[in-house]
Amino acid sequence: MKNKKIVLTLAALLLAAPATLAQNVNNLRIMAPASPGGGWDQTSRAIQTVLQEQGIVKPVQVFNVPGAGGTIGLAQLSNAKGDGSLMMTMGLVMVGAIQTNGSKVDLSRVTPLARLTGEYEVVVVPAASPYKNMADLVAAWKTDPGKTAFAGGSAGGTDHMLVGLLAKAAGIDPKKINYVPFSGGGETLAALLGNQVAAGVAGYGEFEAQIKAGKLRAIGISSAKPQAGIDVPTIKSQGLNVELANWRGIVAAPGISASEKAALVSALDKMHASKQWKDTLKTRNWTDLYLSGSKFDVYLKLEAARTKEVLQSIGLVK
Amino acid sequence: MEALTSLLAGFETALTPINLLWALIGVTLGTLVGVLPGIGPALTVALLLPVTAKLPPVSAFIMFAGIYYGGMFGGSTTSILLNTPGESASIITALEGNKMARKGRAAAALATAAIGSFIAGTIGTLLLTFAAPAIADIAVQITPSAKFALIMLAFVTISATFGGSPLRGLLSLFVGLGIGLVGTDLQSGQARFSLGRPELLDGIDFITVVIGLFAIGETLYVASRLRKGKSDVIKLQGGATMSKADWRRSWGPWLRGTALGFPFGAIPAGGAEIPTFLSYTLEKRLSKHPEEFGHGAIEGVAGPEAANNASAAGVLVPLLTLGLPTSATAAILLAAFQQYGLQPGPLLFITNGELVWGLIASLYIGNVMLLALNLPLAPVWARLLLIPRPFLYAAILVFSTVGVYSLNNSVFDLGLLALFGVIGYGMRRFDFPVTPAIIGVVLGPTAEAQFRTALQQSNGDFSIFVTQPLTAFLMLCVLAALFVPQLLKFRARRAS
Repeated sequence: MKNKKIVLTLAALLLAAPATLAQNVNNLRIMAPASPGGGWDQTSRAIQTVLQEQGIVKPVQVFNVPGAGGTIGLAQLSNAKGDGSLMMTMGLVMVGAIQTNGSKVDLSRVTPLARLTGEYEVVVVPAASPYKNMADLVAAWKTDPGKTAFAGGSAGGTDHMLVGLLAKAAGIDPKKINYVPFSGGGETLAALLGNQVAAGVAGYGEFEAQIKAGKLRAIGISSAKPQAGIDVPTIKSQGLNVELANWRGIVAAPGISASEKAALVSALDKMHASKQWKDTLKTRNWTDLYLSGSKFDVYLKLEAARTKEVLQSIGLVK
Repeated sequence: MEALTSLLAGFETALTPINLLWALIGVTLGTLVGVLPGIGPALTVALLLPVTAKLPPVSAFIMFAGIYYGGMFGGSTTSILLNTPGESASIITALEGNKMARKGRAAAALATAAIGSFIAGTIGTLLLTFAAPAIADIAVQITPSAKFALIMLAFVTISATFGGSPLRGLLSLFVGLGIGLVGTDLQSGQARFSLGRPELLDGIDFITVVIGLFAIGETLYVASRLRKGKSDVIKLQGGATMSKADWRRSWGPWLRGTALGFPFGAIPAGGAEIPTFLSYTLEKRLSKHPEEFGHGAIEGVAGPEAANNASAAGVLVPLLTLGLPTSATAAILLAAFQQYGLQPGPLLFITNGELVWGLIASLYIGNVMLLALNLPLAPVWARLLLIPRPFLYAAILVFSTVGVYSLNNSVFDLGLLALFGVIGYGMRRFDFPVTPAIIGVVLGPTAEAQFRTALQQSNGDFSIFVTQPLTAFLMLCVLAALFVPQLLKFRARRAS
């Protein structure tokens, strides 16, 4: 009698289990495929804080798997087949690293969830530079591509990609550009402040303080429309058809069920709708680029194709 | 004058009981992570970032600054006592410091390191207080070609660390340069010597190399000698403090080390390591007792230790005034500012004066705390050497392994650590100096990057290395360092 009751209860629980799983995620783990302190790490921890404090998911744990532009973390995620309680932050940098590193695993091997935030890139020149706008810069660039040195982050990264896209839009052979990569934001800034390069490219936040202080002049931003609070004309409005966002998103393990994917996406939707998330974006100066579900699947494929094309045009990928 | 008023206001912020407590927690934590191999201030601050998000920014930064300065103080301890540097900036300290410890003068070596760090830290903080904007403006004018010339200067003076045989020293240096080549090439984005392993694409973290060659190598070497002959238990002598002669021989190196370290900290990609190399060479050349170098010369501890602490203060100059991180820890501190929605740069002193000046004031306080913490601890630390070797080195092995694993949470790194450990053992066994290899790993990649960046900026024109005044001057120094000693020798031979 007693045994029968237990068996029945267990059966009922088992039947009920999938239904509850589809609505709630428990013991979520977020992998930041970079070292503590970096962009993906900060994004992961911001997600963790909001998910937990809004009571959307409890508990959430963040762990770091740094290396090779995130492709080491990606390989690890692709091995966690069917793990519905694991997510990984990623972004455009990873899309590029997969190409330049010749990574064996690409993003078709994981489950896309959402694009979260991003930052637009700015083109800046030193305050003493004769270039007042994109047209001035492009004119000088066209006369002698080699002499117009651009400073930015590591080869093949977002900054380099933007310079490649600009060259193409201006009708300059992207292979002829003189791109000077620096390993950290600090050195790029130093090269600009020291008048050692013609122009520099980075996320707006990296140059913001210098732009506001008048030490650097921002001549173009890579967004489609002018950004609120940023007094910089878009590159597009100056006749160069270039748009680029250094976006960050989140993906899940491969082989998870549709209901597991839906549960993760719905948790992210709830997070995005919360006031706390909006406040977080504001203090951190992150632009809201939220895009979830199948729209993000499509976007990811398009970005992968575009990235490959740019990297090929600047000669980094065969 | 304006700086002085602001600084006094800063002291008001920093001297509240709660902020003093945060400073104390910071310096204690910093000393601890400095002592432990592998775990440095950068990683510690990064791990604490999410925890401190709820603290007021002033308190968090006071604690972070304490960790940063504390790490520089603590790094020398294991260098001196156990020949296993906890940080790359205290590699040079091991050269003379450990020899002093083996002679039973560990307490004096620790004391000169602590006092030197205090003096350098305080002078550095003074310069930060009163001259920061001016220094930062000069620092960004240092071009890649000048940086390349500076590193060349460090390279030609490295022979001072070679020990007995120049050939063995050079071989060791080239091993280091080779290790430094592994990973993705910054300029072209292509992989070099990565053997198809994604773990090697970011290069080999030099902390892994340092801990492998020093800590693991030393452990294996000690283990291999343990049963041979009687164990040489070191007798502690000379008491806890420095003798009059020690003071006389230390103050010059402290000041010269400070003068070298501070500007290097302020230069982008300058770092804390190069000034320690230069300081060591300089002290060896200037010393009245050059024969003592390699056998425990106190100048060789005092100078480099002052240099690395002064550079820590120098790093804060471009970080606070320009928002320009020049070291790993500075990059993390920048992330910490951004966590609070703050943007370090020219406007920070105006928009967040209370925070900046509170932070600067806390640096003075932290320095005093660190001296008070480390000086009495010197004889206590020195007693560490009385622990029987098997237990002591077992502990080093555990801490080193944990430290390296914590870098990337990667088992692959542990394999690398073991490999470098065996190489380190072999180098000790066959009498190759270890330090030049580390110098190669640290300086090689920087030298290459600066050289190629300079050429990219000049669009391939080599004259950039002679046309800029500063670069040309440094290149002349390099030539002088190479040929003047030979010339003098040649003359002396002809005269006799």
